[in-house]
Amino acid sequence: MKLHLALAQIATKLGDVESNLEKHIDYIKRAKSNKADLLVFPELSLTGYVLQDIVASVAHRPTEDDPVFKHLLKASHDLDLVIGFVDEDERHRFFIASAYLSGGKVVHVHHKVYLPTYGLFDEGRFFAWGDSIRSFDTRFGRVGLLICEDFWHASPPYLLWLDGADLMIFSSASPGRGLNDKEKLDSARWVERVNKAYASMFTSFVAHCNRVGFEDGLLFWGGATVNDPNGDLVAQGPYFEEALTFAELDLNQLRRTRARLPLLRDERTALVQKELDRILARGRSNH
Amino acid sequence: MVDLTINTDVARQILTGFIRSEVTRAGFSRAVIGLSGGIDSALSCALAVDALGKENVLAVRMPYRSSSPDSLAHAELLIKQLEIPSKTIEITNMVEPFFALDPNITQLRKGNVMARERMIVLYDQSEVFKGLVIGTSNKTEILLGYSTQWGDSASAINPIGDLYKAQVRQLSRAMHIPTVIIDKAPSADLWDGQTDEGELGFTYEQADQLLYLLVDQRYSLQECVDAGFDKQFVNQIINRVRRTQFKRMLPPIAKLSNRTVGYDFLYLRDWGT
Repeated sequence: MKLHLALAQIATKLGDVESNLEKHIDYIKRAKSNKADLLVFPELSLTGYVLQDIVASVAHRPTEDDPVFKHLLKASHDLDLVIGFVDEDERHRFFIASAYLSGGKVVHVHHKVYLPTYGLFDEGRFFAWGDSIRSFDTRFGRVGLLICEDFWHASPPYLLWLDGADLMIFSSASPGRGLNDKEKLDSARWVERVNKAYASMFTSFVAHCNRVGFEDGLLFWGGATVNDPNGDLVAQGPYFEEALTFAELDLNQLRRTRARLPLLRDERTALVQKELDRILARGRSNH
Repeated sequence: MVDLTINTDVARQILTGFIRSEVTRAGFSRAVIGLSGGIDSALSCALAVDALGKENVLAVRMPYRSSSPDSLAHAELLIKQLEIPSKTIEITNMVEPFFALDPNITQLRKGNVMARERMIVLYDQSEVFKGLVIGTSNKTEILLGYSTQWGDSASAINPIGDLYKAQVRQLSRAMHIPTVIIDKAPSADLWDGQTDEGELGFTYEQADQLLYLLVDQRYSLQECVDAGFDKQFVNQIINRVRRTQFKRMLPPIAKLSNRTVGYDFLYLRDWGT
């Protein structure tokens, strides 16, 4: 089975949902005309990233009567979509969220579980922490969503893997940093390295869609990637500029790789649990 | 020796993208730069030309009567090379009446007045040319606080503020800034024979290396000493950075209300664009 995946590394207008929605619709049309089955947008693709005090005014609920999501849900009849947005729950907590839309329905919403609040990042000041990491079924098999810092930690991809995800979809708004004598920024090299590592270690497809454009002095570097279950790069978008990157995923590769390399079969989850219980009981972990 | 080498292709791409994005999102398409004849303003100017096109960058030379003729000539060299519009607006007649008001005025005060007069001229030309003022302060001088507050430090956006002096030189070479500008001793040219390094009491190379360890690599004082730096020099730099923090900030506002600019009224400049 083949999955025609498209990654939309777009620049956004900071706090202008209406204008960003228009861009989404435009990219959806382009992906559709290229026969994409699934189109992924970056983290906070509807709002922009350094939102600070804008957060509350750009929040949306992924429902049919929402003025923004009604258009996206309608579009999801043609192809599946992953959308980045600010989700506001019934009790007015604001989350950095990704929604998987398909056939006019919201299949899954992921709330970012790791909010970087250090260095140039200040997410914990403005957003609530997500508290679940779940894989979910789609028409292409089981999928998991993570957002940026979520996959800087090893445990969320690991949990998605155990929960059945064969395709991990990562979205980012990753500011470029760490310029040295190399051709790639430190931040890009790090993210590419771990994406390849997750694909290899979990013998799964790993797709990453990072936004582009500036917000004040921050440049988001783009460079969308797709790695296959062998850890081989299937597709890569350009750095620093908007692009729609297509990748044909041969889902049968999962079987071939795992027949050769049964890391999933041999994963000793009971051992992991036993040792985790012990470590947590001794209070050696954070929380 | 710490290696401060950067990939100049990547730097150039990011910095020209930054200028283009931040100038246009502010509603402008043009830029104004005070061209001193030195390397920092030459680099900012070349980047702005890359980003906006040569017809959209105005170079303004603002000599004082005692300014070195080389400064004017070197600025001219770059203006010709980049084929950009330029103006020469001498500040002598603006600042001398001010100097005459106080016979005890010091060289430092005169230097500050000249730096701020140039800022006034640039911001006036900004209105005339409908262009944003592009900053020309590098990371080394920003961290050392080696500038006149609201004078040469004033700008709308600064493309080179995260490049150490050595990196400014490297990128300038890659962008074909005339060698005579790259190789001469850096000077604010506020009085005859002034050089930055003479005034600071150390070289930019020493400062670059140490600042990189202290700031970028978060070395402690002792770790810097262990890396081979003189303890007194390290202390001098640490104190200098701390003492000049005010130059890197907007003035703090005394908080009274529940929502105060600078503390809990937080928006980027690019808000809504």
